Amino acid sequence: MSEIKLLGSAASPFVNRVQFVLNLKSMDYDFINENLTCKSELLLTSNPVLKKVPVLLHANKPPICESLIIIEYLDEIEPNIHKILPTDPSDRAYNRFWACYIDNKFAPLYLELSRAQGKDVKEALKHKIIKGSQLLEEAFVKFSKGEGYFGGHDIGYLDVVLGCYMGLTKIVEKGNEFKVFDEVRTPKLAEWVKRMWLHDVIKSNIPGEDILMNLLLLKCKSSRVS
Amino acid sequence: MVKEELILVNFWSSPFGCRVKIALEEKGIPYEYKEEDLFNKSPLLSTINPVYNKVPVLVHNGKSVCESLNIVEYIDEVWSDRSASFLPSDPYERSQARFWADFIDKELYEASRKIYRCKGEEQESGKKNVLRILKLVEGELGNKPFFGGDNLGFVDISLIPFYSRFYTWETFGKFSIEEECPILVSWAKRCSEKESVAKSLDDPIKIYDFIVYLNNYLTK
Repeated sequence: MSEIKLLGSAASPFVNRVQFVLNLKSMDYDFINENLTCKSELLLTSNPVLKKVPVLLHANKPPICESLIIIEYLDEIEPNIHKILPTDPSDRAYNRFWACYIDNKFAPLYLELSRAQGKDVKEALKHKIIKGSQLLEEAFVKFSKGEGYFGGHDIGYLDVVLGCYMGLTKIVEKGNEFKVFDEVRTPKLAEWVKRMWLHDVIKSNIPGEDILMNLLLLKCKSSRVS
Repeated sequence: MVKEELILVNFWSSPFGCRVKIALEEKGIPYEYKEEDLFNKSPLLSTINPVYNKVPVLVHNGKSVCESLNIVEYIDEVWSDRSASFLPSDPYERSQARFWADFIDKELYEASRKIYRCKGEEQESGKKNVLRILKLVEGELGNKPFFGGDNLGFVDISLIPFYSRFYTWETFGKFSIEEECPILVSWAKRCSEKESVAKSLDDPIKIYDFIVYLNNYLTK
């Protein structure tokens, strides 16, 4: 039995990103699977405010919720193994800014596109996603400083934040016949995607397409993204 | 001592900008203030915040920091020697402070807009949601003088700017926040006695008048 328990659904990108960090830091944990169509008493009492996964339970402390907050917590309790966030305050501020952009502006476009009806609406959303990918390409160039990851020579905060959406990216691309990260338009990110898929920690934690399709269908039915 | 360039680009009524003002005052750091006209945004704003083109933005020695809670954490980290940290030192307590600040950030402003922008059922749902949020936050305060304990902390700074808007919400929504959340209103009054907050909070009547003006402007 581990001191750390992660309450979540293997299909959720927000849960996956916490799993990336736990694995990168070689932290043992027990995974408690949650059925998002029928939330357990444990989830509802652990996260009564938002009722969402992931939730981290550590030792006898009360639960910690929200994936980005959990990641900062893990980075603070285990700073010596695979540091996720940089130490410089302006670098930290830029990392946090782009994490917010990815979660609040970029990734929600995937769900909007999946729900959209009509060719014009879909094309407009694809255009927004492409514009977003170009902003992310510029950010990648600045953060990576010529290395292979946002974190530099190894996986860092934004690799984890954006990386968890890679499975969904593939599905959205296939379903809409376009490339989000394209060799011509976003060459660095196109390479980054390939590099990430080869990384053991990443590929072992991103669920298969059928699981992700089910998640997307579930989200399309409900009005709130969680 | 090297003179630092520190500019806060803001719009006067923004509760998000107010958070940054309070943080800077708490640390006692001198800064230049630039008012941005949100009805006629300057080219400056799109260069310092090209992703969102929004205020507040803190420009520190040429580098821009955007998003208010991000700016507050940045200020706390850069000027860590100027005052007690806004965040607790214990990682678990820090995670809780971040959670509540994030919760307020994501939910309160949007919910409150329905109270003064909408009528009928939409307005009622905004009012119910605002009260739900305030009661949850009040529960988190408990009987501490501040969310940060004995001093203003991250959650206090995140929430107190909205105190200037209580009058607006109450007037449009025809309800009393003090009746529903007396402990929270006591906290707000206590916060307002702090010099950094008193200097930074906007006058509630001025905010109300501005929101009435905006409503008229938007319906034309």
